[in-house]
Amino acid sequence: MESTQKQRKSLSQIVRTNAFKEAVLGILFALPWLIRLFVMNIYPIIAAFYYSLTDYDILNAPRWVGFDNYIKMFTFDKLPMKALYNSAYYSLGAVPLGLLLALFLALLLNQKIRGLSFFRSVFFIPAIVPAVASSVLWLWLLNPRVGLINYGLTSIGLPRVPWLSSATWIKPAFILMSLWGVGWTVVIFVAALQDIPRHLYEAAEIDGAGTWSKFRGVTLPLLSPAILFNLVIGIIGSLQIFGPAFIINRGPTGGPQNAGLFYVMYLYQQAFQYINMGYASALSVIIFLIILALTLLVFRSSSLWVFYESEGRK
Amino acid sequence: MSQDITGSVTTETYTDSKLTGYRVTQLIQRGAIYLILIIATAAFLIPLVWMASTSLKAKQNVMAMPPTFIPDPVMWSNYPVAMTSPGFDFPVLLKNTLLYAVLETFGIVISCILVAYSFARMRWPGRDFFFILTLASMMIPGVVTLVPLFVMFSRMGWTNSMLPLIVPGFFGSAFNIFLLRQFFLGIPIELTEAARVDGASHWRILWQIVVPLAKPAIATITLFEFLFCWTDFMGPLIYLNRESLFTLSLGLYAFRERWQIRYDLMMAAAMVVTLPILILFFMAQRTFIEGIALTGVKG
Repeated sequence: MESTQKQRKSLSQIVRTNAFKEAVLGILFALPWLIRLFVMNIYPIIAAFYYSLTDYDILNAPRWVGFDNYIKMFTFDKLPMKALYNSAYYSLGAVPLGLLLALFLALLLNQKIRGLSFFRSVFFIPAIVPAVASSVLWLWLLNPRVGLINYGLTSIGLPRVPWLSSATWIKPAFILMSLWGVGWTVVIFVAALQDIPRHLYEAAEIDGAGTWSKFRGVTLPLLSPAILFNLVIGIIGSLQIFGPAFIINRGPTGGPQNAGLFYVMYLYQQAFQYINMGYASALSVIIFLIILALTLLVFRSSSLWVFYESEGRK
Repeated sequence: MSQDITGSVTTETYTDSKLTGYRVTQLIQRGAIYLILIIATAAFLIPLVWMASTSLKAKQNVMAMPPTFIPDPVMWSNYPVAMTSPGFDFPVLLKNTLLYAVLETFGIVISCILVAYSFARMRWPGRDFFFILTLASMMIPGVVTLVPLFVMFSRMGWTNSMLPLIVPGFFGSAFNIFLLRQFFLGIPIELTEAARVDGASHWRILWQIVVPLAKPAIATITLFEFLFCWTDFMGPLIYLNRESLFTLSLGLYAFRERWQIRYDLMMAAAMVVTLPILILFFMAQRTFIEGIALTGVKG
C-alpha cells in the first residue's frame, strides 16, 4: 500500500516536472514531421514492396502474383534492363565529368583572382534555370541542322553530330546538358576550398612541397568530405534522371532505338500511362536497392579516401 | 646565367633575376587562368544569350545560317504571342505557380523551424533515434515512394488538385530540418539557457531568440524551397492533369509539345519561366551563395 502510494506520488510529481513538460512539448513540436516520416517515407517503402508482388490498377484491389513482376522485368520484358543501362551510362558520364569540371573551375576560382564573385555567379546561373526551360533551350542548341552547337563544331572543321536523333549521341547529349548545370557543385567546392586554413599550405611550403604535392597533400584531403557529399548526391540524382529526357523526348518515350529511355521514364510509363502499379513498384524496388547498395558502397569506401579534420587532430 | 660563368656574382643581382623569372612565370600563369575562365564564361553564358536572342527574332530569321546574335528586327511581339498562346495561358500559369511555391514554402519554413528546434534544444524520449531516422530518410530515392504516394493521394481524392504538392510541406522535410537543426545547435547554449532560467517558455525562446539569430539559415531554406517549387516538373506532371491547374513548368512543357517548330516563341516562353528566377538570384545573390556553402560544406 505504502509503496504504491509513493509511486503515485512520484508519478504525479513527474507529470508536473519541467522535464516531462518539455518532453511533451518537444514531441508536439516534432509531431508533424514524425507523421510525415511514417506516412510519406516509411509506409510508402513498405507499400512499394507489397505492391511489387501484386497486379494493381488502383481501381481494383491488389491481386497477389508473387514474384511475377520481377520475373517479367528480368526476362521477357527487355526494356527495364535497356533503361537501366541507359541510366547507368548517363550516371557514369555525368557524375565523374561533373565532379572533375566543378573541381577544375573551383580550383581556378581559388587562385586569388579578380572577379571571383562574377565568375562564380556566371557558373552558378545555369544551375538554377528551370529544368523545362533549359531542356527546350538545349533542344534548340542541339538541333542537328541549324543548332548553335553543330554550327560551332562545323566552323572549326568538325563534322555535324546528330545528337538527339541518334542512338549513339543521345546520351552524350544529356551528359553535356548536365555539365551546363554543374555550377551548384562549383559553389560548394569554392566554399570548401576557402575553408582550408592558409597555415597548412605555408607549412607544406616550408617542407618544400611543390604545387602538385600541396594539391595532393593538403587540398584534396581537405576537400574530400565535399567530394563525398557531391558524389553521393550525384549518384542518387543522376540514376533518377527524368525531367530533361521526358521533355526532350516529348513524354516517356525512348527516342531513337530507345537509347534515350531512362529507367524512371519507363517506370513513369508503366505507372501513369498503363496504370501497372504493381509492375512499376517492382521497377522502383529494384532501383531503390541499386541506389541503396551504391550509397552504402561509397560510404564504406569513404573511410579509405575521405579525410575528416577531427581525425587528423587525434 | 652569366653570373655562373663569372662566378663573381652578388647575391643581390642573383635574387633579382630569380624574382623577375618568378614574376614572368606567375604572369603567364595568371594569364592562362584568366583565359580559361573567360572561355568557360562564354561556354556557360552563350546558351542563355542564345535563348534571349532567339526569343526576339522574327520567324524567318530564327534558322538563318550563319547564326546571328543580334536580332534584326527585334520582335518584342514574340512575348505577348507566346504568353497568350493555347496551352500557355501566362496569368493562370503564374497564379498556379505562385500558389504552389508560396504556400508550400510557407509550410516548410514554419514546420521545419518547430521540428528543428525540438531536435536541437528539447529533450524527449526517442529524439536521437528519430533524428537518425530523419537522416536516413534523406537517402531514400524519391522514385521508390512515387507509386504508393500517388495511390494514397488518389484514394484520398486529392489528384488533380494542388493538395498533394502543398500539404506535405506543412509536415516538414528532412533536409531542411537537418540544416536548421545544425544551425540552431551553433547558437550558444548560454543564450537560451539564460532565458530558460528567467522563466521564458520554449515557444518564446524559439521565436524571440533562436529564430532572429537563425535568419541566414531560414532565408536559405525559404529561397531554395521556393526555387524547388518554381522549377518542379515531376510533381505537377503527376498530380495536375487539368490545364487550369498547370504551373509554368508544366505549361512550358505543353507549349513544347504543341509549338515544336516555332523556336522563337518557345524561347520567349522559356525566358518568361526563367527570368523571375534570374531576378531572384540577382536580388538574393549572397543568400544563394552562402546558403549553398551552408548546405554543402558544413552539411
